Amino acid sequence: MPILLEKRQVVAPGDLIAEGDYIAGDNTYKEQEKIYASRVGILEYETKRVDVVALKSFYIPRMEDIVIGTITEVGFNGWMVDINSPYPALLRASDVLSRPFKPQKDDLPQVLDAGDLVVAKIASYDRTHDPQLTVAEPGLGKVTRGQILKVTPTKIPRIIGRKGSMISAIKQETGCNIILGVNGVVLITGKTLEDEQLAMKAILKIEAESHTTGLTDRITQMLKEENTKKGGKTE
Amino acid sequence: MSIITKIKRKQIEQLLEKDTRLDGRGLLEHREMKLEQGLIERAEGSARVLLGKTEVVVGIKVEMGKPFSDTPNEGVLTVNAELVPFASPDYEPGPPDENSIELARVVDRGIRESKMIDTEKLVIEPGKNVFIVFVDVYVLNYDGNLIDASALAAVAALSNTKMSKYEIEEGEVKIRSGYEQLPLKKHPITVTCAKIGNKLIVDPWVEEERVADARISFAIDEDDNICAIQKGGRGYFEPSQVFEAAKIAKEKAKELRKKLNW
Amino acid sequence: MNEKPEKLIDKKGLRLDGRKPDELRPLKMEVGVISNANGSAYIEWGKNKIIAAVYGPREVHPKHLALQDRTVLKCRYHMASFSVQERKSPAPSRREIELSKVIRESLEPAIFMEYYPRTMIDVTIEVLQADGGTRCAGITAAALALADSGIPMRDLVAACAAGKIDNTVVLDLFDTEDKAGSADVPVAMMPNLNAVTLLQMDGILTHEEFEKAVNMAMAGCKTVYAIQKEALKTKYVTTKGEEESKEEEAEE
Repeated sequence: MPILLEKRQVVAPGDLIAEGDYIAGDNTYKEQEKIYASRVGILEYETKRVDVVALKSFYIPRMEDIVIGTITEVGFNGWMVDINSPYPALLRASDVLSRPFKPQKDDLPQVLDAGDLVVAKIASYDRTHDPQLTVAEPGLGKVTRGQILKVTPTKIPRIIGRKGSMISAIKQETGCNIILGVNGVVLITGKTLEDEQLAMKAILKIEAESHTTGLTDRITQMLKEENTKKGGKTE
Repeated sequence: MSIITKIKRKQIEQLLEKDTRLDGRGLLEHREMKLEQGLIERAEGSARVLLGKTEVVVGIKVEMGKPFSDTPNEGVLTVNAELVPFASPDYEPGPPDENSIELARVVDRGIRESKMIDTEKLVIEPGKNVFIVFVDVYVLNYDGNLIDASALAAVAALSNTKMSKYEIEEGEVKIRSGYEQLPLKKHPITVTCAKIGNKLIVDPWVEEERVADARISFAIDEDDNICAIQKGGRGYFEPSQVFEAAKIAKEKAKELRKKLNW
Repeated sequence: MNEKPEKLIDKKGLRLDGRKPDELRPLKMEVGVISNANGSAYIEWGKNKIIAAVYGPREVHPKHLALQDRTVLKCRYHMASFSVQERKSPAPSRREIELSKVIRESLEPAIFMEYYPRTMIDVTIEVLQADGGTRCAGITAAALALADSGIPMRDLVAACAAGKIDNTVVLDLFDTEDKAGSADVPVAMMPNLNAVTLLQMDGILTHEEFEKAVNMAMAGCKTVYAIQKEALKTKYVTTKGEEESKEEEAEE
């Protein structure tokens, strides 16, 4: 029994992809031996498994994910964090302070205030309660510099590229440090504003053209051209 | 679906496989029906229906007033429904919600589209003064299938509605003694089928309504014409089930018509 | 005041707008028209002009309305005051409230409600210009908006109405036909799953006419469905086509 459509073909919800003994992968569902697409995207398949790389999706937390969030509210014993998901996240004061929280002594807004950015990990999440974050690991914590950018989460793997080739190219050409949150939030920290904006431009271009081929080369070329232009200006 | 409903649904589905329901009825069987007319003397017409434990009272008030501008030669029909707060633990007082509005509009549709009331005979002075028929549906106890119970009560109430006799004296309308029956042409009957899995059941009880995928109601006149259809519920019907439900509704309407002598 | 036309179908079997009995009005659909919304779509169906937009899944407000095992779907169908011949009050009418309910119930079967407990999906349909069949056009646009937002769906929902004018069963009534005709049967379905999610009728039809009308409407739905798919895939195809032709040029 066949897979009915071609690889890299654009599919929409309800499109019949395959019939028979296949595994329904990302953005597909199986009903009575038939596999249908559940989101608009590009069809991919490997032997027995069919997946749809979605054009647009939103982030649903998973344990251990590294995410970038914005503090939205200072609460009683912690903070509410916007992690670009339908579910708001909670960051406990005790986690940030690495010791029990003392309401009389500790002034939470001094530690983290509304509008601050954090890089955090999903410590716990299930269907019955909102996700809880932790920053008690190296590399996590408050972000003091840089710009953030939101992309649809399904594009993050494309921004990373095969074996990190895409993201390495961007980092090299712009000299920026880039953290990609699984939740679709990207943190770019560069030496100058222009470097950061160039990196943002590259990432937005990848998001818009992620379904095309030869993208890595085109992005690298674009970055090189922009750098030459800059070089010309400073002379 | 809550966990409790999942268990209930399984139980109901298993019974349906054996062609029976929680209360022992056949799949196409109505609950016991009681109909009483004229119980509200102050109203121009009234009826009370008990369908199983679902209880609906409909009162008809007939007043004089202006016709609609696009139908100057017709009387006016207006239907309203109230889900009285004691009718169910889930009902709360307040303005009509989407359920009572849907109920009123579906009952209205069956009556209006079948042309049950001869609205042209309700004209007193064309373009100026006509009879306005207020049909007010009050649900007193919700135990499933409000549409059929309410539609039945509304038609029964209209069937025993009297209008004042009047004369036009020197350009003024004067009420005279005596009454006239509301001029009626048809008696539509509404039958609702609920879908649970691949089974269709007639006159769903409240427990069945809670687990059903969807429901579909047909209003049918004495010539077997369909005058209103409403699918409701958050599930779907297969096309074949739609046609099957229509056939079931036709048969059940015929049965009821015989019973009621309409 | 408009005069009721005498004949809705002429001797040649053509309708007042020149269509044959089983012909759809011209349809145009575009996706992603309201940048702030998570998903959106604009539809022109005959003279109907309707926008649908989706926000969600997002946090439920007020919190006590949240469901522990599924998302809450809210739907609002509304007609702009200027959308009809005589100005309509902006306050929701009983008709709009009923339509909001049946439209919500027509879309819900397509959404995987259990995927996102304790969230809410808001669907808003605004009719900017109305000419008969607005609920079908609204459902069609709303389904596109849901797909555009990235909310996983079993299938798209396509809608189309059939009815009866001058003793003939016809497809897709426009306003004059709806007002002067004797029946209107709007239908919505998930075509690939063969599932009817909306079915209403007002008017009077024999049993046979009813079956004919429903079958005609379902065929109309399938045509609408194909146009919906095109509208969703168009974004991809243009960019893909451009890039591929650039590559071909580069190779030469």
